[in-house]
Amino acid sequence: MSAVIERSLAAEPPAAGQRERVARAAHALAAWIASPRPWLALLGFVLVAGFWHLAVEVWKLPRFAGMPGLVATWREFTSRDPVYGLSLYTPEYYVHILASVRRVAEAFALATLLGVPLGLMLGWSRGFREYVFPVFEMLRPIPILAWVPLAILMFSGTESPVIFLTFLASFFATALNTMLGVESIDESYVRASRCLGARPWQVFVHVVVPGALPSIFTGLQISVGVAWFSLVAGEMVSGEAGLGYVINTSYTNVRYPTIVIGMVTLGAVGYATSALVRLAGRWLMRWRAREHGDAR
Amino acid sequence: MRAEAPRRGRLSIEDVVKTYGRGEAAVAAVDHCSIEIPAGEICMVVGPSGCGKTTLLNAIAGFHDITSGRIVLDGETLCGPGRPQARPGADRVVVFQNGALFPWKTVLDNVCFGPRMQGRAGAREIEQRARALMAEAGLAGCERSYPAELSSGTRRRVEIVRALMNDPSVLLFDEPYRALDSLTRSVMHESLLQTWYRDPVTIFFITHDLEEAIFLGHRLVVMTARPCRPKAVIEIDIPHPRDYGVLTSPRFRALMAEASALVREEAEQAFAAGDAER
Repeated sequence: MSAVIERSLAAEPPAAGQRERVARAAHALAAWIASPRPWLALLGFVLVAGFWHLAVEVWKLPRFAGMPGLVATWREFTSRDPVYGLSLYTPEYYVHILASVRRVAEAFALATLLGVPLGLMLGWSRGFREYVFPVFEMLRPIPILAWVPLAILMFSGTESPVIFLTFLASFFATALNTMLGVESIDESYVRASRCLGARPWQVFVHVVVPGALPSIFTGLQISVGVAWFSLVAGEMVSGEAGLGYVINTSYTNVRYPTIVIGMVTLGAVGYATSALVRLAGRWLMRWRAREHGDAR
Repeated sequence: MRAEAPRRGRLSIEDVVKTYGRGEAAVAAVDHCSIEIPAGEICMVVGPSGCGKTTLLNAIAGFHDITSGRIVLDGETLCGPGRPQARPGADRVVVFQNGALFPWKTVLDNVCFGPRMQGRAGAREIEQRARALMAEAGLAGCERSYPAELSSGTRRRVEIVRALMNDPSVLLFDEPYRALDSLTRSVMHESLLQTWYRDPVTIFFITHDLEEAIFLGHRLVVMTARPCRPKAVIEIDIPHPRDYGVLTSPRFRALMAEASALVREEAEQAFAAGDAER
């Protein structure tokens, strides 16, 4: 009996903590809705959509004449029986999204797994940098489109060349930012850890990696963005599914509203992946949130 | 308060020279500098800006090499002929000018850092000691905070506790209170002396602030302008324990006058030399 009471007492604090956390999250959400921020964001969308509609369908501005209009695109997008075969109600729409998201996820994971360690080594070891950095700097400015022929020659099929191209862009952004992050670490943290008795590998784990983390996440934000960029380039050239493929084939097959559907979807999915990276970064660097948090 | 005299922490700086560059372009930062610091002494070092005091501190800590001379701690040569650079170690912990608590670690993890890295004791033992030392320093309750959540004065106190966790033979202070406002600084001074009364470790303390130097120190070494060499040593014969009352005592005023005359001379020379270079 007493054991049960003891256990329930022991269980009390975490439960209370969770309730408090839920309450705090609800409060934060309410505050966000009450603040001008969501409404300003909405206003931004309305302005852009409004201009699009007016330019194409009302004013019929010269450069916009051939463009699909807002109303036509929206009708196509929300139609159960779309004229050009792609809308919110067709399974193909989600097949294409999934194909692109999977490629980006694979390429981004691979780029992070290889790019972060490479960047850490480049920043940490002068010897390593002297060997590797010139080669790295020569390969980095080569545009992804220039890699397309080689990618197709190197990899068989349609899937792996696209993933390779996506990986490549991501990888350079991640590695470079990680390296800059290591270089930006205040020398006194390294010195402090040395005189507190840390061995070089301990300095690496406890100072270099966490010290570079803010830049690593800046790099990952950029890298997830360029991943989408080069994915679409890859899918336009080689591929049988994906949002880039949708945009390209819709152009050649004169399905103009579908082009815009593909573009808007790309934007939304790209925004979501970028937000996920930001969220992961914020969670890993809670010490920083408090740094910028409430003023003392 | 510990009654017995401290056994460790006798630091000898013997004829140390540090020059940057070679040949004609060589610039001397430290020039035949000798200072002998007995175990448990608070040795204050003042001198014009950029005179090479920090170069000396970095040589003791092992961040830089020396060109010639020798630095000995408790009979063990840290650096000298055949070994130009000391190995940084937990027997000589530096408290940095701008503070160097790791912002990504909690206060407790910062304080436990040294012993954990050295694998000195069990995890629980280290943590208990950390909590005890923090409580002694009046820092109980902020173990789970991150450094950014603390005031700058509290951060400095945590940094000193982090250093003391290693039982260092000598603490090296590189103008740690420079960025603080004068009120916080005076609180820090008393807090540092309280800490030293509990644990009389040798302290090598660089500063620009003469009041700080005379209030804290047993001895004050006035350095010459670049290259840096001891110009004069002032014995600060105000008995410990001290509190802020001594600031207004005639003896304190007299020592201030003596020291500021010496420092002013050097500062003026440094200023003139700076003009000549241009």
